[in-house]
Amino acid sequence: MARWGLVIDLDRCTACQACVVACKHENNVPFSTPETSARGRLMTWIQLVGVEMPGGTTAMMPMMCQQCDRPPCTDVCPTSATYLNPEGIVAQIYPRCIGCRYCTNACPYAVKLFNWTAPEWPESMAPMRNPDVSIRPMGVVEKCTFCHHRLQQAREEARAAGRALAAEDYVPACVQTCPSDAMVFGDLDDPHSQVAGLAASTRAFRWMEDLGTRPKVVYLREGE
Amino acid sequence: MAQPEIEPIISPILSVGPSFKRWAMALGAVVAWAAMVWVWQLYYGLGATNLGRPIYWGLYITNFVFFIGVSHAGTLISAILRIVHAEWRRPITRMAEVITVLVLFFGVGNVILDLGRPDRALSVILHPHFRSPLLWDICSISVYLVCSTIYLYLPLIPDIAVLRDRTSGWRHTFYHRLAIGWIGSPAQWHRLERAIGIMAIGVIPVAVSVHTVVSWVFAMTIQPMWHSSIFGPYFVVGAIFSGIAAIITAMVIVRKVYGLEAYLKPVHFNNLGILLLVMTCLWFYFTFAEHLTAWYAQEPRELSVFDAKLYGRFAPLFWTMIACCFVIPFTILANPRTRTITGTLVASIAINIGMWIERFTIVVPSLSNPRAPVHTFIYWPSWVEWSLMAGCFAAFTLLYMGFTKLFPIISIWELDEEPAAEAAPAARPAATLAEA
Repeated sequence: MARWGLVIDLDRCTACQACVVACKHENNVPFSTPETSARGRLMTWIQLVGVEMPGGTTAMMPMMCQQCDRPPCTDVCPTSATYLNPEGIVAQIYPRCIGCRYCTNACPYAVKLFNWTAPEWPESMAPMRNPDVSIRPMGVVEKCTFCHHRLQQAREEARAAGRALAAEDYVPACVQTCPSDAMVFGDLDDPHSQVAGLAASTRAFRWMEDLGTRPKVVYLREGE
Repeated sequence: MAQPEIEPIISPILSVGPSFKRWAMALGAVVAWAAMVWVWQLYYGLGATNLGRPIYWGLYITNFVFFIGVSHAGTLISAILRIVHAEWRRPITRMAEVITVLVLFFGVGNVILDLGRPDRALSVILHPHFRSPLLWDICSISVYLVCSTIYLYLPLIPDIAVLRDRTSGWRHTFYHRLAIGWIGSPAQWHRLERAIGIMAIGVIPVAVSVHTVVSWVFAMTIQPMWHSSIFGPYFVVGAIFSGIAAIITAMVIVRKVYGLEAYLKPVHFNNLGILLLVMTCLWFYFTFAEHLTAWYAQEPRELSVFDAKLYGRFAPLFWTMIACCFVIPFTILANPRTRTITGTLVASIAINIGMWIERFTIVVPSLSNPRAPVHTFIYWPSWVEWSLMAGCFAAFTLLYMGFTKLFPIISIWELDEEPAAEAAPAARPAATLAEA
């Protein structure tokens, strides 16, 4: 079984935020305004943040759920609404979430978002919502799923075509959109995959890896 | 032999004065307001609070920890004092035990208020995930609620029988059912004593587990200033501390309102004051140890929370807490001349305020200084949160008042009982036996 992972090359990333927009559209992430953002209610599964690097420089990093292999958020969930699935994706079951926000507090990356109110879109945007992705109700937690619905779709298509799922069949919206090819997605357990090769590079680091969370989002340090 | 001296205890139960009605109306209005606000929050969602990322928990969780803490008042104190045969405990155990049972509902209630989907609260039982400290909480608190309710009820039985024999109408039926056939026979006394003895011992580990597990909700995460092995005992000490303060506050009010000066004497306040003094010192010791280790190691993440608490945004709250939980009570209680009824009351009110702030400055500063460099903001609870908090305190007071109108707030039979614990059952108040 695949172990899905994402490599982001900070040398190639131009901080254009196309991934942020692609993600918002793909995953029906509700609309936020500057006012709601100021109150800590910005809804976005990817966000560019400045992270201090060794040496004192600040790198702009696209930050999303780090898809930890040892996620601090799943253990604390009282109803198993969030769990690590066999393919390494930290999943969310929206109808089971009771909205206690324990997982959001346990996550050191602060990438789990809570639906404080019912989701809203401007009238012109409402028809553009993705029919493949469920709209989350008020009061539940959501976050990046590595576009899990695309994996389900790819698997169905492969089955219909009578072949095995190939890693190339499945790519999240952010990776597909990235204009500078800074994002590479694939199976970390396949030693021949590009993603596994990059993850083993000397430039590779995992965010806050000293916490032992073992993220499957790998960043490549900017060249010296 | 209904002794005349129990009249002052029984008469307030059976009569309702105008002042009681006025208070009940006022508190009822606050509760009604809070109920309407809650409906609004259910409709609008937790957006009605001022919470946001990364401050996902605020006033409701503070209240949850505070109320569960206060619940240690009763059962634990009364159980320990019963086991060590502290004779002076007799008039105060009931008052303490009622606080425990009632306040637990508000502790649990605040978690429900804090849920994004209270309609799915049952999922916790239908799809439990036992690796979550919240599940440990649910187990521990429900066992504690059952145990402390039994522990409140058992010593009430003989008193209920006294009331059964003195009343008629609906009250008689009510007490008749609750007295479960108590006639005060030696066999019944024997069984009751045994049951109370077992419960008194059994309830202590449960009570300790409750606040330990509440602390673990925080300590099991890796968040700075939450991830602390001292949190279990620290929370238990804080819980007993705020619990005793709550008992003293309730004692002073009940004593004044129902004129129970003959039963609640300065010696009770003095003794509880000494107990409170010990807890003041213990609390300070834990607080000092907790903060010194965070500061000394200079770990940047811990330090950012530490700085926010001691010198930063939360400094006014932190230092108010130190004043309320240590400086004021220590000064008053360490001096026998100020360890009076008024003195212990002032110390207790300060401690209640201080311990509430302590819970707030544990929950909020850690969340306000996250590891990840996300946008953070200044959390100040919204009118919805304040209203619901007011509703909880008002509803608690109302229920407590209601209890005093149904049951004796001072245990009648324990007052009458000979101090020698092994006295023959016949020497106990035979009132109910005679009148039955």
